[in-house]
Amino acid sequence: MRKCSDYLVSQQSHFNPALYIVMNFLLEGFLQAFNLLLSGNAETYSAVWATVKVSSYSIGSSLLMGIPLGFCLGYFDFAGKKPIRTIVDTLMALPTVFIGLVVYAFLTHRGPLGNIGLLFTLPGIAIGQTILALPIVIGLSATAVESMDKKLRITIMSMGANRRQLFLSTLWESRHGILAGSIAAYGRVMTEVGISMMVGGNIKWYTRTVTTAIALETNKGQFGMGVALGLVLLAIAFCVNLSVSLLRRRY
Amino acid sequence: MRRLSVAVICLVLVVCLLPASSLAEQKILTMATTTSTDNTGLLDYLVPKFKAATGIEIKWTATGTGKALKLGENCDVDILMVHAPPAEKKFVDAGFGMDRREIMYNDFVIIGPIKDPSAIKGKSIKDALQTIKAKQGIFVSRGDNSGTHKKELSLWKAADLPVPEKESWYVQTGQGMLATINIATERNGYTMTDRGTYIKYEDNLKGNPPLKILVEGDAVLLNQYSVIAINKKHCPNAKYDTAKQFIKWITGAEAQKLIKDFKLLGKPLFTPNAKM
Repeated sequence: MRKCSDYLVSQQSHFNPALYIVMNFLLEGFLQAFNLLLSGNAETYSAVWATVKVSSYSIGSSLLMGIPLGFCLGYFDFAGKKPIRTIVDTLMALPTVFIGLVVYAFLTHRGPLGNIGLLFTLPGIAIGQTILALPIVIGLSATAVESMDKKLRITIMSMGANRRQLFLSTLWESRHGILAGSIAAYGRVMTEVGISMMVGGNIKWYTRTVTTAIALETNKGQFGMGVALGLVLLAIAFCVNLSVSLLRRRY
Repeated sequence: MRRLSVAVICLVLVVCLLPASSLAEQKILTMATTTSTDNTGLLDYLVPKFKAATGIEIKWTATGTGKALKLGENCDVDILMVHAPPAEKKFVDAGFGMDRREIMYNDFVIIGPIKDPSAIKGKSIKDALQTIKAKQGIFVSRGDNSGTHKKELSLWKAADLPVPEKESWYVQTGQGMLATINIATERNGYTMTDRGTYIKYEDNLKGNPPLKILVEGDAVLLNQYSVIAINKKHCPNAKYDTAKQFIKWITGAEAQKLIKDFKLLGKPLFTPNAKM
């Protein structure tokens, strides 16, 4: 905080204009972010709601598919396990715009799934984001299971557990690692722009998410507004992580 | 553990029950348009008035004209509002679009730093480009196959110059118009923009922008906007009748007057010119 006030003083004396610009950016952003949220700005809330909705769809479906797959990948030993791990780890680096283009190719009205009419809709974006999140959930869940203390298995077995009980308690004991993977996946899903822009089309009141709104405001030269929306996105992430950590304390 | 799974299941159910956005309502028209009609706020101003008049909601996605035409070709939208007449005519001739109607125009201008390092102020567009090339002034291009970019390429050609594709003074941003103007500001360079977006830029900077209009008024700098309905033969799913309704409205006296009255800093951004 002391530094902040230093910057503000230097602003008055025009001592360091470069730092003044940074401060001004952030300050303007902060004020605007509060203003947007407190005044109930309809456009902002529409984008916030779209982001919450679409990231819930995609994280929900990727957890539903990813945790069982990741658990199996980490728990069981089978031929081809190593190559599959390598493939999953590689897919973690999928570029979002690339996913956007591939999903677009399927969803465009002339594409194979064009008749369902998912292009320019939130479920359409969610398909792309699921593809984005799935490798992360699978990979990190597998790691969580693999990196568990090897003694745990022996301990559980020695207490007379059968295979089913061993399976269940391994699943239960790896929950924190799996949760960490899920949070990482959620962060990636919520902040991506490429898929939302290409598949969603950034349509106002419908598919404009917070991230595509940031891209738009930046394009329009409204940098302050872009910073403000960035802070709004951080606020959503904070709410999600707060509820996760409360849940974690209980279990 | 059971309580946790109950919680997870509840969460999943809530997410599934969140109302999915309506997929195929007849009263929604999907439009692909250029960044300039969106960034200037023209559509935010016109669309509610169209809805009030007809009850039809417009969903628009704003991209460069190149991508907008592609979305039309792929039947992803019902109508286009774009500004690249040669490409539009090709689009219609190929059977992708029909009922193309001109609706309004503004003009392109060359803007640059007040100090004007290459001294192009007041020159014709041809002279100006030749001077920029000779003096290696920084020129910032959209480089994104948009209507503005296509226009710029045609101007280099008209000035008997090759497109300065790999020259160090020629900067291709691949971004929207205002982002490109901002980059030109940072690089202290020249760029070509439509007047509407320039006025918006002036307005953003509270009427005191570092880049000023240096070249304007040449007949070749006219920037014509048109609407095109997607051809129903090419795309049976396109809402041709609804698109037709929009075309009738936007070329009608009421909407043309609305376009004329749309101003920023007291300056009109577009001039309506639909033939009634």
